[in-house]
Amino acid sequence: MAGEKDITKVQELVYEIKVEQVMCRDVIVVSPHNLMSELRELLRDKRISGVPVVEDGRLVGLVSIEDFITCLSEGKMKRRVEECMSRNVKCLYGNEALVSAVEQFDRLGYGRFPVVDRESGRLVGVVTKGDIVRGLLKRMEVDYHAEEIHRYRASHIFEDIIADKTTLIFQYRVVGKDFERAGETSSGLRKTLRRMGIPPTIVRRVAIATYEAEMNIVVFTEGGEITARVTPVEIRVEAVDRGPGIPDIEKAMQPGYSTAPDWVRDLGFGAGMGLNNIQKCADTMHLESTVGEGTRLEIGLHLNGREKHGTAHHR
Amino acid sequence: MTLQDVVRILDCQVVASEANLNSTVASGCGCDLMSDVLTFAKPGSLLLTGLCNIQAIRTAEMSDIKMLCFVRAKQPTQKMISLARKTGITVLTTSLPLFEACGRLYANGLTGIYGR
Repeated sequence: MAGEKDITKVQELVYEIKVEQVMCRDVIVVSPHNLMSELRELLRDKRISGVPVVEDGRLVGLVSIEDFITCLSEGKMKRRVEECMSRNVKCLYGNEALVSAVEQFDRLGYGRFPVVDRESGRLVGVVTKGDIVRGLLKRMEVDYHAEEIHRYRASHIFEDIIADKTTLIFQYRVVGKDFERAGETSSGLRKTLRRMGIPPTIVRRVAIATYEAEMNIVVFTEGGEITARVTPVEIRVEAVDRGPGIPDIEKAMQPGYSTAPDWVRDLGFGAGMGLNNIQKCADTMHLESTVGEGTRLEIGLHLNGREKHGTAHHR
Repeated sequence: MTLQDVVRILDCQVVASEANLNSTVASGCGCDLMSDVLTFAKPGSLLLTGLCNIQAIRTAEMSDIKMLCFVRAKQPTQKMISLARKTGITVLTTSLPLFEACGRLYANGLTGIYGR
């Protein structure tokens, strides 16, 4: 389906942002009882090409510079606005998504649309193509800044805490057999560590090891917890589940040894590489398991330049 | 080689994060087994795979892989596309099979994880 492809940030935002969020609220209006001659200064000083005509707050028409010129050439400047304005004005609703505004601009080729409240019919603003572009850019900038601020705040956290010893603990619950959500924990931990300013090469090793551990919990167990403890000198990740346990850890550590069911292999996992990969990524690894009770895996990675070399991805 | 070149060489459709099409592709990795990707793929490489599920995107995310191409005309779901966008991963699709897609890129000068 064509609509499912090519989804960009902007495309997502045009569905999310409403017209009232980008429109100009400070609108110049005229009354239907004004004389056409009174428009002269308004159009000239404000450099606008059309003015909404409003009576008791409700939009009743639109008078354009063309209407003004027609009156001027016919010498009928003493006419009232209501005699010269267009009445069937195409307008937008404030709570419409930007996408429908964009469609109207495309279809009708107008430079601006009055915006009215859907229930009351009152004029609430005017929107131009420029307002839409500005609104989108501003929103994208806000999203970007929000992430920058998160990163800035978190990256100073250890400097800001005054204590003899500091440990930050992040806990995650992993749901068993839920393949769709598998990876959410590792993704959350990865993003958190990045925000804390931990070097990307170390974050990558933590993320991969945690992801492998998380997949094991999802695939083999009914669920478990992953806890990360971060200090200024190291990151420790503990993955604990409630069974069924590993009967032979030595065997499980052999590359290529796997007890994964076919459905897991079909999904691109279960090749018997997980525990090895965890070991490769971590500086220390400890695995203990009791059949029928559960498994506890703990890995550690050093910070502060004591980065381990020789892992598979660092040649 | 940039992602734009990949799109041309493999006649790709861009399904997510097309803003990054000017990024340079450091190396290529063709693989259907995510465990191997996690073990061997280099950060910054292009992952070509026929495995089209949400964990392919997750695997790319964990491995610092910012570009992914589904082969054999596999179409990612809306959920996958939105996850890719959220994590800043560019997703392409090509109708070519994995072997031919890798072969074309290699013939155009893109190397693998060992850089030869």
